Amino acid sequence: MPVPHPLTIILLSPLTAALVIMLVPRTNLLAVRLLSAIASSITLVLSSWLCWIYLSTGMHGLQFADRLSWVEGAGISYFVAADGISLSLVLLTALVIFCGTFASWTVTNRAKEFYCFLLLLVTGVFGVFLSQDLFFFFLFYEIAVLPMYLLIGIWGTGRKEYSAMKLTLYLLLGSAFMLVGMLGLYFTARLPSGAPAATFDLTVLSQLQYERHFQVWAFFLLYIGFGILAGIWPLHTWSPDGHASAPTAVSMLHAGVLMKLGAYGILRVGFGCLPEGAQAWAWLIGCIAVINIVYGAYVAMGQRDLKYVIAYSSVSHMGVVMLGLAAFNDVSMTGSVLQMFSHGIMTGLFFALVGLVYEKTHTRDINAMGGLARRMPGIALAFTIGGLASFGLPGTSGFVAELLVFLGTFRAHAESYALGGVRLFPVLALVAIIGIVITATYVLRLLQRIFHGPLDEAKYGDVPDAHTTEWVTLIVLSLVLILVGVLPSPLTNLIGGSLGPMLP
Amino acid sequence: MIPVELAQLKPELLTLGAALAIILADLIQGRGRLPAGPQAGRRWIGWFSGLLAVGLVAVVAGRWQHLSWPVQLWGGVVVLDRLGLIFKAIFLLGVAVVSVGSADYAAQRFRHVAEYYALLFFSALGMMLMASAGDLITLYLGLELTTLSLYVLCSFAKDNPRSAEAGLKYIILGATASAVYLYGSSLIYGMAGTTQFATIARTIGWFGVETGMIVGAIFVLAAFGFKIAAVPFHMWAPDVYQGAPTPVTGFLSTASKAAGFAAIVRVFLGPMLGAASAWLVFVVALSALSMVVGNLLALSQRDIKRMLAYSGIAQAGYALVGIATLSSLGTMATVFFLFQYLFTNLGAFLIVTAVGSTEGDDRISGYQGLSRRSPLLAAALLVLLLSLGGIPPLSGFWAKLFVFWSAASRGLYGLVFIGVLTSVMSLYYYLMVARAMYMEPPGEKPPVRLTLPAAAAILICVLVVIGLVYPRPLLDMAYAAASGFVSR
Repeated sequence: MPVPHPLTIILLSPLTAALVIMLVPRTNLLAVRLLSAIASSITLVLSSWLCWIYLSTGMHGLQFADRLSWVEGAGISYFVAADGISLSLVLLTALVIFCGTFASWTVTNRAKEFYCFLLLLVTGVFGVFLSQDLFFFFLFYEIAVLPMYLLIGIWGTGRKEYSAMKLTLYLLLGSAFMLVGMLGLYFTARLPSGAPAATFDLTVLSQLQYERHFQVWAFFLLYIGFGILAGIWPLHTWSPDGHASAPTAVSMLHAGVLMKLGAYGILRVGFGCLPEGAQAWAWLIGCIAVINIVYGAYVAMGQRDLKYVIAYSSVSHMGVVMLGLAAFNDVSMTGSVLQMFSHGIMTGLFFALVGLVYEKTHTRDINAMGGLARRMPGIALAFTIGGLASFGLPGTSGFVAELLVFLGTFRAHAESYALGGVRLFPVLALVAIIGIVITATYVLRLLQRIFHGPLDEAKYGDVPDAHTTEWVTLIVLSLVLILVGVLPSPLTNLIGGSLGPMLP
Repeated sequence: MIPVELAQLKPELLTLGAALAIILADLIQGRGRLPAGPQAGRRWIGWFSGLLAVGLVAVVAGRWQHLSWPVQLWGGVVVLDRLGLIFKAIFLLGVAVVSVGSADYAAQRFRHVAEYYALLFFSALGMMLMASAGDLITLYLGLELTTLSLYVLCSFAKDNPRSAEAGLKYIILGATASAVYLYGSSLIYGMAGTTQFATIARTIGWFGVETGMIVGAIFVLAAFGFKIAAVPFHMWAPDVYQGAPTPVTGFLSTASKAAGFAAIVRVFLGPMLGAASAWLVFVVALSALSMVVGNLLALSQRDIKRMLAYSGIAQAGYALVGIATLSSLGTMATVFFLFQYLFTNLGAFLIVTAVGSTEGDDRISGYQGLSRRSPLLAAALLVLLLSLGGIPPLSGFWAKLFVFWSAASRGLYGLVFIGVLTSVMSLYYYLMVARAMYMEPPGEKPPVRLTLPAAAAILICVLVVIGLVYPRPLLDMAYAAASGFVSR
């Protein structure tokens, strides 16, 4: 291993950058931006390299582990390790923060604090994806939530203070449920010998047996707790408000990565430790996921504010992720994690674009725009790529992910959840596909309203296209979308190979 | 030749000595030669008292090695053990931080500066006695010494009618609580025929739990409930906290609260543990009510001192969860909770003191744009408030975690649920202050004036709150102390 402790370095580089930025004088904006760019580049390079090693050397299971005992008697330790799922999501996070740094190049209002909080937030996100200790998992989760309050409240737009408070309280409510579920897991876990396991080590906890009764209620608590973050209906209302009010880079991270923390938590902790509980609630997760897909898309269709459209589309897409999990087989879950990745990149791209469009036209009202493709062809092209990925056109990452999810869902739970000979999950898959049709409708309508049709020369006669640093964001994210769409096998191998412990 | 008993009481005796030394030093400096009225030239007394208190903490720490087994003095009237030592360290650290933190405040506002510090030491002495009590009467002596000193401290800002009101309210309600305590003790004495804890425990063990004993215990619990400001005995707290000089409020809300908990641990996890089945439900109710009512009432406060008062009521509820577990794990959690709460809340109150001195009042709206006016101070208050709200990785998070943890280990999931949900609720009002500081424009307001000693005290508080990210050493100590006292 040429780099010692690679995962700890991934975790510490944004944190270190945040601390160093605090010491940089307020006026030296360039240094602040460069520090942030360097830190995110380090994470990006390291995480891509780790993915490469993991695949090329045929590794499986958890790798690159670092461990440090924290509170010995209580079984809490700093324990980071990564399998294919963690690695692909870490790669996603690194990509989004890398692009987010460039997308916030234009932030000048208290930029120093902005980058500090942003990097702190990212540290939390990396921590959640890498922690194999349930306790540190929770700790990093909370570290990811709190900077959000200040980021939205200070640098946001619109009803920012309301949105920030709503988001924070919702997410902390989720963490309250998680904490109770976690403590329950900790105290119920018994080693095969009958002694209390007394550990938060997920690798240990996931191998133990739990009573069915306990699994059912503990899984439900975890589902609600993580589900709030994953934007499950009807607990999703914080997310459109939060996304719409947040500044560009924060929306990117938030919709792109933070919501995945919820789905990842359900997968890693819920499905990993409590498979029977997951089986028992699969119908509920599936039904709510389909409501998410259809309802989210339907509401997105009715929005006039560009950011709200994208925000509700996130709610809809997270439904696909949850449906894939509910179907609970290797195909659907591979699709589900791939959808997390693909949606993260896609939403990141979308929010970056919305930020650009708003910056240049000073409006987010869809009906007030039109014909902008003539003035900003680059932005229009990137928007189209994102849009096509959004409703899953073949050749984009969205297609592969959604296809896998729906394929998996059709054949899911063949023995259970049937009423009068009609099985539940194929029906769910069919209904969900209606949601995809609605998605196509609003995405195409969006493209048409914003970029095509007559151009208002008086208002938008001289709006510029994207420039320098902004291109970095757009090109990187669009390329990844297409690359994964054309060549999905590295990612699907990475994900599929690591699903073993979570499958029934 | 010093009697053996007195050598054992070195920390207490030296605390008494420190109080007298402060008065003496002030006299030697020559009060007569200084002009009458508030004088900034006497801020050295603050540093001096802080130094003395830190020295006393060192003395207390030095006793740790000698008390691997509890020592009983005078036939068990005073019990010295490690648990008591930790509580004593908490009280004295409180005195140290308050002394240094209010060095300028006291010198500028109070006429009798030396007496202010001496009274802090006297009340700490009372608390130390409470933490070592092995007898209902000893406990009462400690309780009275503490509260009598605090009555005076509350009304120390003589020119301010609110301060006088606070002192009066506290003395009337405090005297009632003392009466309730004495009545409860008399019932216990009537049933057990003794006031000594060890003998009471044996009586309960032999003869079982009798009604009179239970009634007595509940009266005693009510008196302690007053001391820690738990619902429904919390009514005095917001008014007294608001009116008292802010550093005194800080002391009242931390050290004095910790003393109440020391007494609860001594009595209820000591002799009354055998009767737990009868009184446990009341502790659980106190805890749940404090968490819910304290947090609910804090939501709508506009005055930061009142808000912190209600938040303190809620915090008492969290700390009580540890007691309700009746276990050494829970006791450890409560002790850890109180330790970190001392620094968190004192730090917050010292910042409130500084902002209040600049703004002229304590409304939360006075914190507008503080992050622009005094960025470091705002960041410090943010950290402290987030710790109070239980946000990881700050100390308040670990404290709440271990409290809930101990409760979960005893199957008290109801309390855990109430605890975590009300914690989320509490974030709302803590974040409202953050909102004022970070999201609202500063307008024409000036930066906050912060003097060196106050800044030093706040810095120490923040460092402790952040430093406890690695809580193990303190937890180990607290566990060693708790498991020496509670065997379960």
